[in-house]
Amino acid sequence: MPRPEHITSVDAAKPRHTERALADLRDGLSQWRLAFALARLDLRNRYRGSVLGPLWMSLSTLIMLIGLGLLYATLFKLELANYLPHLAVSLIIWQWISTFISEACGTLTSAEGVIRQMRLPYTLHTLRIAFRNSLVAAHSLPIILLVFLVFGRVPGPEAFLAVFGFLLIGINMLAGGLLLGMICARFRDIPPIVANIVQLAFFVSPILWKPELLGDAAVWMAFNPFYAFLETVRGPLLEGGGPLLAWVAAVLYTVFHVVLAGLLFARFRSRIAFWV
Amino acid sequence: MARICAEDMRIEFPLYHFGARSMKKRLLSAASGRVKADAQNRVVISALSDLNFTIESGERVALVGHNGAGKTTLLRTLAGIYEPLGGRLTVEGEIGSLIDPAAGMDPLSTGRENIRLRALYRGLNTEQTAELEAEAGVFSGLGEFLDVPIHGYSAGMSIRLAFAMATAVQPKILLMDEWFSAGDADFMAKAEVRLEQLVKASEILVIATHDMGVVKRWCNRVIRLEAGRIVGDEVTRLS
Repeated sequence: MPRPEHITSVDAAKPRHTERALADLRDGLSQWRLAFALARLDLRNRYRGSVLGPLWMSLSTLIMLIGLGLLYATLFKLELANYLPHLAVSLIIWQWISTFISEACGTLTSAEGVIRQMRLPYTLHTLRIAFRNSLVAAHSLPIILLVFLVFGRVPGPEAFLAVFGFLLIGINMLAGGLLLGMICARFRDIPPIVANIVQLAFFVSPILWKPELLGDAAVWMAFNPFYAFLETVRGPLLEGGGPLLAWVAAVLYTVFHVVLAGLLFARFRSRIAFWV
Repeated sequence: MARICAEDMRIEFPLYHFGARSMKKRLLSAASGRVKADAQNRVVISALSDLNFTIESGERVALVGHNGAGKTTLLRTLAGIYEPLGGRLTVEGEIGSLIDPAAGMDPLSTGRENIRLRALYRGLNTEQTAELEAEAGVFSGLGEFLDVPIHGYSAGMSIRLAFAMATAVQPKILLMDEWFSAGDADFMAKAEVRLEQLVKASEILVIATHDMGVVKRWCNRVIRLEAGRIVGDEVTRLS
């Protein structure tokens, strides 16, 4: 008798969308080792022959940080010791999120060769992009440490809350990778639109500027998801935990994002192989 | 027992990314039956339609037909890559597919790294990985080239490595596309023996081929596809 997991039955009249989407998620997550290995290979191949490799990203972040830090601290008339830690954390988290979003558009189209030749969970491809970007971002983390050391900032015990911030961002990356990957595979005009939105988001989110500068209008920031997610990491590290409103907003955005991605993925998973 | 059962199975490829409306009209008006509009008025190519067949344990099936008849699409559907748009497909037994054995190889990694990567793709544990590494390393006959990035390999060497990795496990259902042709005479002889073993030990073989020699030697059933439909299904004798 064959083991039950080796019986696959697909009936177009009874598609069992949800069950199969959940199985995809489960299989994909259980193959995280493969996703991680592929992410590392991507990085190795991308920076092949380069002496500094992904450290180039960190170096350019550092230069940007010093340049922008000096300029905007003067423009906003803020103390450098107050402004630079804010800019360092915001910029690094932003780069992590924004490069993920632009690469997420290609989650499925860039894996076309594999998708059409091998049966693999689609979640795996998403996980690969998430790992890849997280590995790059991890190279920049020492910069935060450096800035904290230079200005003698020691975060309090509430800094551990940042772990939940990272977790929320991670969950959103999984959902976003599938969602954007699917939409961009089906509609090829989406990636440039996404690039535009990301660029705009950089300026309307409190990265270069601090939310306090908005005065009374700061409550409206909660409508910007990027603000909410930035705050879940920045708050614990810099501001004794971050505003409750930002946390509530971040959790709500996550729930909405996961439900939306889940519904679309369940409905269209079986069509992805025809789209890429 | 391995078994494959297809009932009224249908696969259609949507043509999404070609825009122009006039192009659509022209395609549809000139359509010979395979290019058609679906329920939502999109242009689709009907790749496989109304397939009904059951393959039982012990059958060695040759898929024959012209280019574009749907042989590879059918193999990919059996492998679970494409899901049928209509009808039902049940596959009992684990599948090993030699559709494109080079899929998922990383050109900038060495042969050995690629073997380990393949082990990860298959979800093997440490012990099985070491086994695959030893097995495929020896069988491919690459020697010191095993530690050279494979983009420096000749076409024949890549095929040897791909073949060695793909055939190192014994599946119940073996799906093969006709691809093995490169490689020198020595290796081909070795490959033939290996394939022979694999085919003998698997419960079901489905192979897409143009080579009547392969059909005669390995197969006891021939399914003939034409324009995505089965036009012939006969049991032949294994000589």
